[in-house]
Amino acid sequence: MRYLGIEPVKPRVGIFDFSGCEGCQLQLLNKEESLGAFLSALEIVHFREGSSEASDDYDIAFIDGCVTREDEVVRLKKIRSIAKLVVAMGSCASFGGVLRHRNYIDLDAANREVYGDKPKETGKTRAIHEVVKVDVTIPGCPVSKTQVERIVQHLVLGVPFHDVVYPVCVECKQKFNTCMFEKGTLCLGPITRGGCGAPCPTGGLGCWGCRGATVDPNLKEFKDLALKRGFSEAEIDERLAFFGGFEGITCASI
Amino acid sequence: MRIDLNVDVKHLTRVEGHGNIYVRIRDGVVEEARWEVVETPRFFEVMLKGKHYTSAGILTARICGICSIGHALASIRTTEAAFGVVVPERARRIRLLAKHGETLQSHSLHLLFLATPDFLGLPSAIPLMTIAPDVFALAGRLKGLANRMSDLFAGRTTHPTSLLVGGVGRMPPLKEMQQIRDELHKSLDDLRVATEIVQKFKIPDFTRETEFVSLKGERDYPWIGGNLLSTDGVDKPEREYLAMTNEYVIDHSTSKWAKLSRESFAVGALARFNNNHRFLHPEAWDVAHAVGLRPVSHNPFHHNLAQLVEMVHVTHESIRLIDELIDLGPGTLAVPVEPRAGEGMGAVEVPRGILYHHYVFDDDGRVEKANCVIPTTQNNANISHDIEELARTYANTSTTNEELSLIAEMLVRAYDPCISCSVH
Ligand code: SF4
Ligand code: SF4
Ligand code: SF4
Ligand code: NI
Repeated sequence: MRYLGIEPVKPRVGIFDFSGCEGCQLQLLNKEESLGAFLSALEIVHFREGSSEASDDYDIAFIDGCVTREDEVVRLKKIRSIAKLVVAMGSCASFGGVLRHRNYIDLDAANREVYGDKPKETGKTRAIHEVVKVDVTIPGCPVSKTQVERIVQHLVLGVPFHDVVYPVCVECKQKFNTCMFEKGTLCLGPITRGGCGAPCPTGGLGCWGCRGATVDPNLKEFKDLALKRGFSEAEIDERLAFFGGFEGITCASI
Repeated sequence: MRIDLNVDVKHLTRVEGHGNIYVRIRDGVVEEARWEVVETPRFFEVMLKGKHYTSAGILTARICGICSIGHALASIRTTEAAFGVVVPERARRIRLLAKHGETLQSHSLHLLFLATPDFLGLPSAIPLMTIAPDVFALAGRLKGLANRMSDLFAGRTTHPTSLLVGGVGRMPPLKEMQQIRDELHKSLDDLRVATEIVQKFKIPDFTRETEFVSLKGERDYPWIGGNLLSTDGVDKPEREYLAMTNEYVIDHSTSKWAKLSRESFAVGALARFNNNHRFLHPEAWDVAHAVGLRPVSHNPFHHNLAQLVEMVHVTHESIRLIDELIDLGPGTLAVPVEPRAGEGMGAVEVPRGILYHHYVFDDDGRVEKANCVIPTTQNNANISHDIEELARTYANTSTTNEELSLIAEMLVRAYDPCISCSVH
C-alpha cells in the first residue's frame, strides 16, 4: 500500500484485552469494505481474539477494557514496557466505562452475593491511564472504527489527526433527526464529545454520554434545561454517571 | 508403550474472553483434564440494582460485545413481562430481524474468521488474504452484510440503539430494507460456496452423549421466548428457568457451572438444531445433509456445522420478515410503558445458546434484584467434561502434545465460547 509514492513502514501492533466486553476490539474486524486495507497497513503480531500468533515485540499497543484485578496490572505494565505507544481504546480503557459503576458498590458484598462462600479475586475499576501512561485515548462504547482508522493513518502515514471538539448534537443535526428533547426523551448530546455519528439519538435512545464530556461542556446550563424539561435530578445524574466519562467534571448544581 | 501427554493452554486464542485448557496424562491414564475460566468478575447483576428499567438493557448490552443485541432483547423481554407490556407487530418483526442480524454476524465471525483457520492449518484468518483471497472476501461479504443488517434493525451492531422497552425507536427506511433484502437474496450464493468450503473440513470423529437444551419451537425455529426443552425430555415454561440451569460455583473458575439431568448439558446452535430441526427452511435442511449433520448429533465439533445451517435458515426467514414489514407499512412502533412492582423472566436464543434475564422491580420501575444466566456459563461444565473424554480418547494413541493441544483447542472453539459474557 503506497501513499504519495512512499511505501510506509508497517508498525508492529498488539491488541490486548482487559476487563470489558471486548466489543471495542471486535470493531477492528468490522467495516469489511476497508478491512483488507486496514489489516495490510499494520503488522498485527498479537491479537488473542483474532489469531493464535503471539509475539512480544510490538511498537503500538491497543488496549481494550479496564483494570479490575492485580494480574491485569502486571500484564499492563509489561505491555507498557515494550510498546512505544499505548492507545486506550474505548470507554472502559479511557475512563472505566460502565464498569465504573463497580466503584460505587460494595465489592465484598457483591462477591458473596454472586459466588457465595467461594469469593473470587477482584478489585476496584481503574482506567488504563490510572495504571500506566497512555499516549492516545479513543473513548466510545464501542469505539468507532472510523476513528481508529484515522488514528492508524495518522500513526502509519503521518496524516494529521484532530480530535473531535464539537458535541454529538452537531452530528445529530447533520442527520436531520428530530431532537430527542422534542420527543420527551433525555439526551446528553449537547455536552458529549462527538465523533460517533450520533447513532443513539438516531436510533431513538438518546445520547448516554459514552464518549465523555466535550471540550468546555456547559454542564450547569444543560442541567437547568433538562430540569426545566421535567427530567428529575436522579435521572440526569444516573445518566451522567453511566459511562464514567463525566466523573470529576462538576458544575454548581452537581 | 508408556504415554505421557501434557496440554497447558493459557488464554486460549480466537475466542472471546480468557480461558485455559489443562490436560495431564501419565502412562496413558488421564490424571487431570479440565477447562478453566479466568476472566475477571464484573458483577453486572449487582450493578443493575437501583437502575431504572430504561437503563437495564443499555447496561446489560455491555455484558457482551458479540451478543449485545441478544442481551438487550432479553432485558427488554424480561421488563415487558414484569410490566405486562404487549408490543406492536412491527416492533416484534424489527426485533426479530435485529436478532437474525446478530446471529448472522456472530456465526459468520466465528465460523469463517475464527474456526476455519484450524481446518486449513492457519494461525488466523489474516493469511487468507494472500493464500485464498476469494475465501477472505466471501467471509467479509457475509459478515459485512450481517453488520449492516444489524445496524439497520438494531441501530448499531455492537450495543444497539433502537431496541427499547415498549417497542423500537425507529422504522428502518424503506429503501434500505429493500437493499438489505436483495443483498440477503444474493448472499445465498455465498452461503452455497461456504457450504462447499465447510464440506471439505475434516471434522474430528468424536462423540460424547450429551443433554441439549434450547427453546422449544411450536410452529417456527424458536428465537425469542417460549418453553424450554431438553433432549432428555425436560420441558418447562420460561419462568421456571432456574430449574433448567441449576448454576453452582466451583473453585478453579470465575464462571459458574450448570447442570440438568446429567452432570452437564450443552446449549447453542447444535442444541437448537437437535431440538428444532423440523422447523428449518428446506434449503437449510439440505445444507445440513450436504455437510453430514443429522439430528440428534452428539459430536461437539458439529456446533460449527449447525451454525452454517442456521445462517441459511435465518437468511431465508429474514427475507420473509422484511417483505412482511414492508407490507405492513409505517405505523405504531412502540406502546406507552407503565412501570409497576413485579417480577419478570425472559429467555432468548442468542448465537451461543439460550440466555435468561430475570429482574424484580420496585414501584418506580427500578431494579431490586437481577439474575442473568449466560449460554457459555451453561456450556462450561460440558466443555470441561468433553475435554476429559477427549483426553481419554487420545490417551493411548500416538498423539503428540501439540496434536492433542490443537484438537482440544478446536473443541473449545467449536462451542464458540463467549467467556467474558459467562463471567458477567
Ligand atoms: S467500552 Fe464498551 S464496547 Fe468497549 S469494551 Fe468497554 S463495554 Fe465493551
Ligand atoms: S437529539 Fe440529542 S444530540 Fe440530537 S440535537 Fe437533540 S440533544 Fe442534540
Ligand atoms: S450518541 Fe452518545 S452514547 Fe451514543 S455513541 Fe455517541 S456519544 Fe456514545
Ligand atoms: Ni456473549
